[in-house]
Amino acid sequence: MGNEKYSPEIVKQVKLCVTRYIPGEAATPSIQEYDLPVSAGMTVLDGLLWVKEHPDPTLSFRYSCRMGICGSCGMYINGLPRLACQTQILPLNSSTVVVKPLPNFPNLRDLVPDLDPLFIKHTAVKPYLLRHDSDDRRPPTRELRQLPEEMKDYFQFSYCIKCGLCVSACPTAASDRNFLGPQALAQAYRYTADSRDEGFRERREVLDRAHGPFRCHFAGACSEACPKGVDPALGIQLLKRYLVLWTLGFHRRKKGAPEMEPLEAKPRPDIPKAPEPTV
Amino acid sequence: VRESIFWSLHLLMGLVLLVVLSLHMGIMHLDDLLGRPGATDWSQVLLRGKDLFFMVTYIVLLGAALYHGFYGLRTLVCELSIGKTAERWVAWALTVVGLGLFAYGTYAIFAAFSLKG
Repeated sequence: MGNEKYSPEIVKQVKLCVTRYIPGEAATPSIQEYDLPVSAGMTVLDGLLWVKEHPDPTLSFRYSCRMGICGSCGMYINGLPRLACQTQILPLNSSTVVVKPLPNFPNLRDLVPDLDPLFIKHTAVKPYLLRHDSDDRRPPTRELRQLPEEMKDYFQFSYCIKCGLCVSACPTAASDRNFLGPQALAQAYRYTADSRDEGFRERREVLDRAHGPFRCHFAGACSEACPKGVDPALGIQLLKRYLVLWTLGFHRRKKGAPEMEPLEAKPRPDIPKAPEPTV
Repeated sequence: VRESIFWSLHLLMGLVLLVVLSLHMGIMHLDDLLGRPGATDWSQVLLRGKDLFFMVTYIVLLGAALYHGFYGLRTLVCELSIGKTAERWVAWALTVVGLGLFAYGTYAIFAAFSLKG
């Protein structure tokens, strides 16, 4: 029983149209079609893996976790940016599935976009806690205190998996290559809204510029595309408000989260002591 | 200068335009409906031009429309990825043209205000 090969029931045949592009071999990308047998629950990523295993091992695409966590398999599927591992083929209700690389990014090969611009902009907004006592806290010795209600201010935005779907959906990013983009801006707000962060003055130098959040037209396409419900469009509008209030001097001054006293943990008397190490 | 200042002014000028354009609509195009016909007669135009309230309103309308429109134009140009140097030149050119048009328009408004007769 254990050695039997699992062969799911084929319920439909679809035409899988995949963008092929190999730099140096062709000047422009072309479309290659494959007849794909589809079973219930099959995702676009499964389909691409089937193509790679059967008719065409030369097909290139990026993937890792297969469960919507790593953000590697972002692709443009039937006209929308989606994660290939989270997009099932049958619910697409189409006899043709068109898979292209993410728009608004340079294409490296076939379905592999170059995500360098995303990470460069992400790094530019300093996506980490900036504190006045950063030097004293290196290495950090104690936790910083944060109330649950303070965490709610940024929690939603911390779900970002950096898949780039929001940037590929953004109409501004399509024409303005210097626009920081919904991913970086939402992350800028994520740290700005964090009660432990004290670095808005520093972050503002990058944000309050011609290609910062004020170039967002609030199309909302980024929030529609986000597979994790981050809602970058909301983050950008909140960031705009924060910047304007800061400029006008009406911003709420952060106190900076205090350090927690180390908890005095005492072992329960009824728990036996761990044995001495033998090695 | 911070982009947040430019952008806030853009919003503010939009609100100002909403008020003054509503005024313009009421006076110029709904004059019959509001019981004050003949808004485009020369005598009426002259009367408004020599009125202090209208003179100030014209200047406000001119300034708000120029700022709002030219900032929008700069935004469009910025989104075309033309490069930082070109963007700076465009911003300066629009500033100079905008100020020039404002000066010319203000001169016309003052000239109308000081007309005799």
